[in-house]
Amino acid sequence: MTRIALLGFGSVGQGIARAILEKGLGITVTGLADSRSGVIDASGIDLSAALDRKERGEPCGNLDISSMDVVEEAEYDILVEVTPTDVETAEPALGHIRGALQRGRHVVTSNKGPIALDYPGLQALAEECGVFLRYEATVCGAIPLIRAMQEGLAGNTITRICGVFNGTCNYILTRMAAEGLTYEQALAEARDLGYAEADPTYDVEGIDAAIKLVILADTVLGMRVTLDDVERTGITLLSPEALQLAEDQDCTIRLIGEIVPGAGVLQVSPRIVAKTHPLVVEGTLNAVTVETDLAGDLTFIGKGAGSTETASAVIGDILYIQSRHVQSS
Amino acid sequence: MKLEMKDQPGQLVAALKPISAVGGNIIAVIHQREATTPAEALDVQIVLELPEGRLERLLELLRDQGIDVVRIGEERLLYECTLIVIGHLMHTDLSDTVNQIDKTGSAEVTELSMVMPAIDSPSSARITIRSTTRTEMKRAIRILRAVAKQKELLIIEPLEDA
Repeated sequence: MTRIALLGFGSVGQGIARAILEKGLGITVTGLADSRSGVIDASGIDLSAALDRKERGEPCGNLDISSMDVVEEAEYDILVEVTPTDVETAEPALGHIRGALQRGRHVVTSNKGPIALDYPGLQALAEECGVFLRYEATVCGAIPLIRAMQEGLAGNTITRICGVFNGTCNYILTRMAAEGLTYEQALAEARDLGYAEADPTYDVEGIDAAIKLVILADTVLGMRVTLDDVERTGITLLSPEALQLAEDQDCTIRLIGEIVPGAGVLQVSPRIVAKTHPLVVEGTLNAVTVETDLAGDLTFIGKGAGSTETASAVIGDILYIQSRHVQSS
Repeated sequence: MKLEMKDQPGQLVAALKPISAVGGNIIAVIHQREATTPAEALDVQIVLELPEGRLERLLELLRDQGIDVVRIGEERLLYECTLIVIGHLMHTDLSDTVNQIDKTGSAEVTELSMVMPAIDSPSSARITIRSTTRTEMKRAIRILRAVAKQKELLIIEPLEDA
């Protein structure tokens, strides 16, 4: 049985809890925390009771136990960090992850902040402590992109990565193209459906996509870049007329993140794309094309967000560590 | 260009060699027997890129090989790129924007479709640029980016090169 401490009990954390309840997966949760409270139980926490408490709007655990207490005191093999991303400081996730690594515990995270801000430092710490740090869920939710590039495409030189990294923007652009909506109308629709936050800046200004590029550049391509190195243009100024002008030529407009390591290209911007191009996906889907020397071009398409979908990537990482490390120890 | 040459071994190579000698780049060679061609002659069509001002020298070299140039079709602006620009295009002097590219001499705006939804609201335009070489196209797009930055216009570039 793999013991995990689960930090963050919002959409992703609850998705993980439900998957464990339904499928078992050889995982038991011995520590749990949301932003206000925590639970520590070496014999395994009752996840359905915790989900019920959240359902009623109550804290998941005891107000006297903080998330840091869980990191430092709970008995677990893997820390699962799925708290919300803070792009500026990466906290409290950065502290959680460092704390667990220093205790010699593996870490799996969906939190983009720490990986984008200090991947080299965290990876060095993980190596020093002899544990794994895995972050598949930080880029494109359910798509196993990082593992595909690091393992499936090992030995290839990756010459270019380009793709649709933000489902919210893709939804807005899909709707503007299909119905001739203005940006504001499509955004309002995305909000109603829960695809966009009350403050959509992080998505529509291309910050979310840019962070994903930083993570891919640093972790897969061996570059050393930060958010400031990404040339970034969002979709807020796009007009329905511009989409129509693209449509007249059997093209459309999508927010594309692009990395060309050899040419120093690291950018997020709206681009004209032929409608037959594999990156032209509908709705909130994500799509990424990876260009390589041996394997040629590969395109990955899938759900980039969502409770169950992101949980899928986190669980994949937990089971990866379980199969390689936890069982043998 | 369309060439007529003797139907003998080595003639095609003899026709292609001068092209590389003057720094040209062969894009396609179409080689077929036509009913109108005399039995001892061969028609060949060659599509090529040539640096500015080298055509005369190439024709000289071909004549020296005993090859007749039947027809030359010149297309100067080989590369095409279509972009979309959003912003206050008229208020920021559209003809100046176009002129900045045209005055390079090696790239020009060949097509422009504009939609102006309402006075004072931003317009959207699709601009087609043609250029002599790929490098000149990159230069033209750099110029357009700089102009757009200065005039606060949004440029949407194509994902793939033309």
